[in-house]
Amino acid sequence: MNKISSFDETNDMTDSKITARNVQVYYGDTHAIKDVSINIKPQAVTAFIGPSGCGKSTFLRTINRMNDTIDICRVEGKILIDDEDIYDPKVDPVQLRAKVGMVFQKPNPFPKSIYDNVAYGPRIHGLARNKSELDEIIESSLQKAGLWAEVKDRLHAPGTGLSGGQQQRLCIARAIAVSPEVILMDEPCSALDPIATAKVEELIDELRENYTIVIVTHSMQQAARVSQRTAFFHLGVLVEEGLTQDIFTSPRDKRTEDYITGRFG
Amino acid sequence: MADHIVKSYDEELSALAGKIAEMGGLAEVIVNNSVSALVTQDLELARQTIAQDKRIDDLLQEIEMRLIEIIARRQPLGKDLREIVSAGRIANDLERVGDMAKNIAKRVIAIDAGLNSKQLAIGLEHLTELALNQLKRVLDAYASQNADMAAKVQEDDAEVDAVYTSLFRELLTYMMEDPRNITQCAHLLFCAKNIERIGDHATNIAENVYYMVSGDRLSEDRPKVDELGDKVS
Repeated sequence: MNKISSFDETNDMTDSKITARNVQVYYGDTHAIKDVSINIKPQAVTAFIGPSGCGKSTFLRTINRMNDTIDICRVEGKILIDDEDIYDPKVDPVQLRAKVGMVFQKPNPFPKSIYDNVAYGPRIHGLARNKSELDEIIESSLQKAGLWAEVKDRLHAPGTGLSGGQQQRLCIARAIAVSPEVILMDEPCSALDPIATAKVEELIDELRENYTIVIVTHSMQQAARVSQRTAFFHLGVLVEEGLTQDIFTSPRDKRTEDYITGRFG
Repeated sequence: MADHIVKSYDEELSALAGKIAEMGGLAEVIVNNSVSALVTQDLELARQTIAQDKRIDDLLQEIEMRLIEIIARRQPLGKDLREIVSAGRIANDLERVGDMAKNIAKRVIAIDAGLNSKQLAIGLEHLTELALNQLKRVLDAYASQNADMAAKVQEDDAEVDAVYTSLFRELLTYMMEDPRNITQCAHLLFCAKNIERIGDHATNIAENVYYMVSGDRLSEDRPKVDELGDKVS
């Protein structure tokens, strides 16, 4: 009897952009992430799915040390990006977050112009030597985010004046302006209508060529549409990780099956 | 398996399984009736069988509509998705089984003379019994979601093939013995082939049930026996 594919064979150590080993996260006394180990592939979209409170967002936030900002939060275990331990005391979290960008659930442009929103990162990281270099970064970031054509005539209008979908793509442009290698997305489409969602999904698919993308989503259909690999979290545990087509057609774990088919009791 | 949070989804899936069961039951009946009509030369039963096949065709259409509706409204995943896809394929196989029976029934009318060999009739009935048993078991496997039973059905198709092959040789012998037998034997050959094909459809269904239940594919490289022998393979 042939298995359609074997999960272990599809994820080896040799091709891993982000490697997490035995990661534990505690919020005070609460053990929020329990011994999670995963390899996340480069130039691919990995979706994290699971019910509310399962730890998927918490785990996502360990990848750029966003949990550092929460006093009672404690992270144990190892997370490597390209073999570099990101929790090493020598690592500067600000530099790390330039390398590992993030896009949030609610579009959160700065109360500044479209131009300044995208210019913010390159300015604080000193990525442009002069105005024309900065202009180039702005244009190419907005191009990559699929927003250039829509905003090129009003770059100095406030970012907050754009539609929700445009604001989210502006936030993606802002994230890619500092040339990250990894982009983390925490439910980037949950506040968007289906058309704006489709545009962001199309963008995610294009960005995949050049970035490693990890997306947390509550929409199973979205995970199925945009990702190559899917990881299912439940009660702080990584239950199952594999090729997206396998997870959504023949998951191996009953908990995954119950969740994706809407049977969770 | 636990119920869906949305109860109407469970109701839709079980209604679908009910329609498949109805279709399967009907297919069994008309196969049985077509061969009875053939053996007893019952033209009236043959005509009834032809008419009954229409109901199977209607059921296929109804099932297809339901499938499309479920896909559009529920976007099934996991086991549900496999169940939906398998239901469509199984319904198609059952519809073909109905066609095979209908074809036999039409030949009853075309032959329009009693079978002149008791032995042939026994052979055909035996083949039918085997094929129907395969069909019955695979429908049970579907209803009880039993992958092992489905695997066994796939394995046992070889027996149907073997009996068909021996019938084929027997019919050839009759034709060689007396050319006046040829017309009837040619029809009977098609009937036997139809029954053998019913076994194949049962096997297809078995493979779909196996996939539906387990998520894995049954290997299809089982030993095949047919009238072509090992000259063609």
